[in-house]
Amino acid sequence: MEKDGISKSARLLWKLSCFFRKFIVSTLSVGPIPTHVAFIMDGNRRYAKQRNLKEGEGHNAGYLALKFMVYYCLELGIKHVTAYAFSIDNFKRSPEEVQRIMDLMVEKIEEELSEVDNTYSKMGIRIHFSGNLELLSQPTKDAVKKLMAATAKNSKVLLTICFAYTSTNEIVHAIEQTCQQKLADQMELEEPNSAGKGNHVVVKLADIEKHMYMAVAPDPDIIIRTSGESRLSNFLLWQSANCSLICFSQLWPAISFWHLLWAVLKFQRNYFYFEKKKKQI
Amino acid sequence: MDFKKEMRILCSWIAHFGDLLLRLLWHLVHVIISLFYFTLGIANALESYLISWGVLKRYRSLHVNKLRYLAIVVESEEAYETSKIIALLQWLADIGVKHVCLYDMEGILKKSKDFILAKVDGAVLYGETHENNKLLDQTHMTLEFASFCDGKEAVAKAANVLFMKYVKSGATDQNQKGHIFTESQMTEALKTIGSGGPEPDLLLVYGPARCHLGFPAWRIRYTEIVHMGPLKSMKYGSLIKAIHKFTRVQQNYGK
Repeated sequence: MEKDGISKSARLLWKLSCFFRKFIVSTLSVGPIPTHVAFIMDGNRRYAKQRNLKEGEGHNAGYLALKFMVYYCLELGIKHVTAYAFSIDNFKRSPEEVQRIMDLMVEKIEEELSEVDNTYSKMGIRIHFSGNLELLSQPTKDAVKKLMAATAKNSKVLLTICFAYTSTNEIVHAIEQTCQQKLADQMELEEPNSAGKGNHVVVKLADIEKHMYMAVAPDPDIIIRTSGESRLSNFLLWQSANCSLICFSQLWPAISFWHLLWAVLKFQRNYFYFEKKKKQI
Repeated sequence: MDFKKEMRILCSWIAHFGDLLLRLLWHLVHVIISLFYFTLGIANALESYLISWGVLKRYRSLHVNKLRYLAIVVESEEAYETSKIIALLQWLADIGVKHVCLYDMEGILKKSKDFILAKVDGAVLYGETHENNKLLDQTHMTLEFASFCDGKEAVAKAANVLFMKYVKSGATDQNQKGHIFTESQMTEALKTIGSGGPEPDLLLVYGPARCHLGFPAWRIRYTEIVHMGPLKSMKYGSLIKAIHKFTRVQQNYGK
């Protein structure tokens, strides 16, 4: 009986919080809503340390926080969400920790695919992985491809997970792809060395941008970084020219709806300024 | 039938009223936020003056040698206020900052570089004397001027340099799946076209929002980005505070 009472009150509390959140979202929607929000998910290890959790539990909590954030973004009507999950520089960490992250990733993907969870599919979220995926182990690569294929038809929100990603690597990769494409085009015209002749511009800015990993989404409106740091850490450097950079002192697993709310309010304050800047470019 | 029509009218009125209420609430929230920022601005100004007067002890000792290269991003409309820029550079020289990069989107600061260099005591232009990113000159303040065209456009130019080399090298096997270029080659290509300056340790943004406004992407991988507010209300104390905060930052570069 007691248990039932607790569950009833918990359910009531949940319904109330949902209603309250919907009311806030409706109020917020009066102003402009960002199209693309990106997250630098920093502080999982420190979170685990602070709470005396087992190694790897911080990343688990971080995954849960991402799930909630995506749900809140969906409620707000944000169409693109990007999360910086694993940097190429993170491979410098101990092999055990890197392996733990890879295993967690595969485990969560399998949960999603085996309908134990499949929250993303239910919510109509398409998942895309960006980055140098060649650096991942074969099981991780296979799992990633499966998940992308499974959610390819979803269209409510595009969740881009930057894994084995750095912005400088993205730029170099885009240049490589552009050069290879230009060369292939010239070989089709049977003039393989025409590119070397003269000093005319061959590679255009638009060509490079087309081959970026992040070409799947528009440039972000907001980049949110947790754990009180104020750097981009080689994330979306190219795309963040006219983007509100917001830092929170909270560690990533402790991020909440209120943080997202504050970020959107800040974005609304500077909306016309950023629009003017975009037009200038 | 009339009842249904009346109900529809009533519902539309309720919806209209609800919409009006939400708009009112939204404006109210933003008024509250504006008041919050106004109060915060006063508090920051007060703290800034206290720092300037040397009242707050922790800001007295600055390990400025940790700040090897500083970048300043200025909102283009404010970049015309060269007197403010000169005053800011003078403050930085007094603090002991030796290497500064001035950036604005439209290149206004670039156009007035001769005037700025003449006005700032002992300032020299960052250039050929600082090859290979070695910041050698410790006696004078070195100034670099950058604009939006040193960012994405410079990367496109560097891409052409790499492409030419790639074509000339003859390694044009179409089936080549390996990586053709490396990040260090890209850095070299940027140097070749004259856009290969060093990576700033700290980037101070003077403008309405915390945003790097297209500062060359290749150079801000691990740069700390700090919003300083509008240039017209710049304060010496807030500059000290930003540099002090930077000197206490710990970076692990992904480890």
